[in-house]
Amino acid sequence: MSTVRVLVGTRKGAFILTADQYRQNWTVDGPHFPGWEIYHITSAPSDPKRLYASQSSGWFGQVIQRSDDGGKTWETVNNEFAYDGTPGTHQWYDGTQHPWEFKRVWHLQPSPTDPDSIYAGVEDAALFHSKDGGKSWSELSGLREVKGNLWQPGAGGMCLHTIVLSPDNPDRIFVAISAAGAFRSDDAGASWRPINQGLKSDYELPDAEAEVGHCVHSIAMHPSRPNILFMQKHWDVMRTDNGGDSWHEVSGNLPSDFGFPIAVHAHEPDTIYVVPITSDSYHYPPDGKLRVYRSRSGGDQWDALTDGLPQENCYVNVLRNAFAIDSLESCGVYFGTTGGQVYVSPDSGDHWVTAVHDLPPVLSIEVQIL
Amino acid sequence: MIIRVSLPTHLRTLAQVTGTITLDVPEPVTQQAILDLLESAYPMLRGTIRDSTSKERRPFIRFFACGEDLSHQPPESPLPGEVTSGIEPFRIIGAMAGG
Repeated sequence: MSTVRVLVGTRKGAFILTADQYRQNWTVDGPHFPGWEIYHITSAPSDPKRLYASQSSGWFGQVIQRSDDGGKTWETVNNEFAYDGTPGTHQWYDGTQHPWEFKRVWHLQPSPTDPDSIYAGVEDAALFHSKDGGKSWSELSGLREVKGNLWQPGAGGMCLHTIVLSPDNPDRIFVAISAAGAFRSDDAGASWRPINQGLKSDYELPDAEAEVGHCVHSIAMHPSRPNILFMQKHWDVMRTDNGGDSWHEVSGNLPSDFGFPIAVHAHEPDTIYVVPITSDSYHYPPDGKLRVYRSRSGGDQWDALTDGLPQENCYVNVLRNAFAIDSLESCGVYFGTTGGQVYVSPDSGDHWVTAVHDLPPVLSIEVQIL
Repeated sequence: MIIRVSLPTHLRTLAQVTGTITLDVPEPVTQQAILDLLESAYPMLRGTIRDSTSKERRPFIRFFACGEDLSHQPPESPLPGEVTSGIEPFRIIGAMAGG
């Protein structure tokens, strides 16, 4: 029988949830690193015992933790993220240039084949790579050469929050940055190009179709179709069929096309999930109803999934990294809220159970099948 | 000189220590000498008290000893005799926050 392990990062520590393959009854272990913000805790696909966690604090800065026994014990690894060469400057709120300053690691993405190879997306936006399990980090600084001087932080900070590694081509990497856009490398991170054609930011940018500056909230890919990506933008749900060379909108009949996470079903490449949020001014679900929306047609046509989710007086948010999919035959869907609930659907979103009610605000969710 | 160093709760947890830490710091005993030795003995603390590269104190970290705030003293300034003699600990604390 399979064991399901859910890695939860919160504002006040990490939690590890486990259940059997039916995913109804959950055991909660934690908090790990109590009192610290865990922006992301994740596992290496090639070694399920290898976990990494980004642990940070406004007082004490950034710490990176690594476990080689599935989270029973942890060791700190290198937390020095030094920008390559002279860091340079980016656009600041008042239109002046501002030096790049490291603040925290938002996202950790281990390689699919090597547990010691791991990428880190950081704020101020940059991508780092470690080839030795986090003992040292090097910046892939070609990314910031793609008009980095024009990138400008949004209200949530200028963070590199999404890293997608192409399963069929180890040289191809996609990243997304708040208020900068999406970018692609085809040479293992040495050089980059913006992939924002088709995005429109009418109310956010002076040039609505600018090459960089779009506030991408997250992107997702199904491993069987690495040229098709889905994007939840600040507003608009988007799709590309050519690896990001151009995007088109697939928001369709969503009640709001503002939101943070987006995910693809494990076995149905055209089934995608979003969590609509009322607006950029109201970071809670429309009408106080927590609804996951699922499209089985790769976008445009969406259905609300509500069975087991609160349908009145619900004013939580679901953050960009707080949504995950498992690989069991009956695909599991998971998300955490700013109210500290973790919801689980063992049947592709048709029915939901609450795995845990009262955690601190959830920042990230990842799931493993053991 | 045997110096006692007091860490805030989260850094004690990170360093896997309880109570105050004792360090044998060569003279002259300064903030910089204490922090250099502390980070050498407990490498998991690198970057949590001061910036790894610039060695500047993190904004919400304060240094206290003998009832005085030493946070703005030059890092190479000698510390009070009560600290260098081990009578008083060199206190590293997180700044007050909240409402």
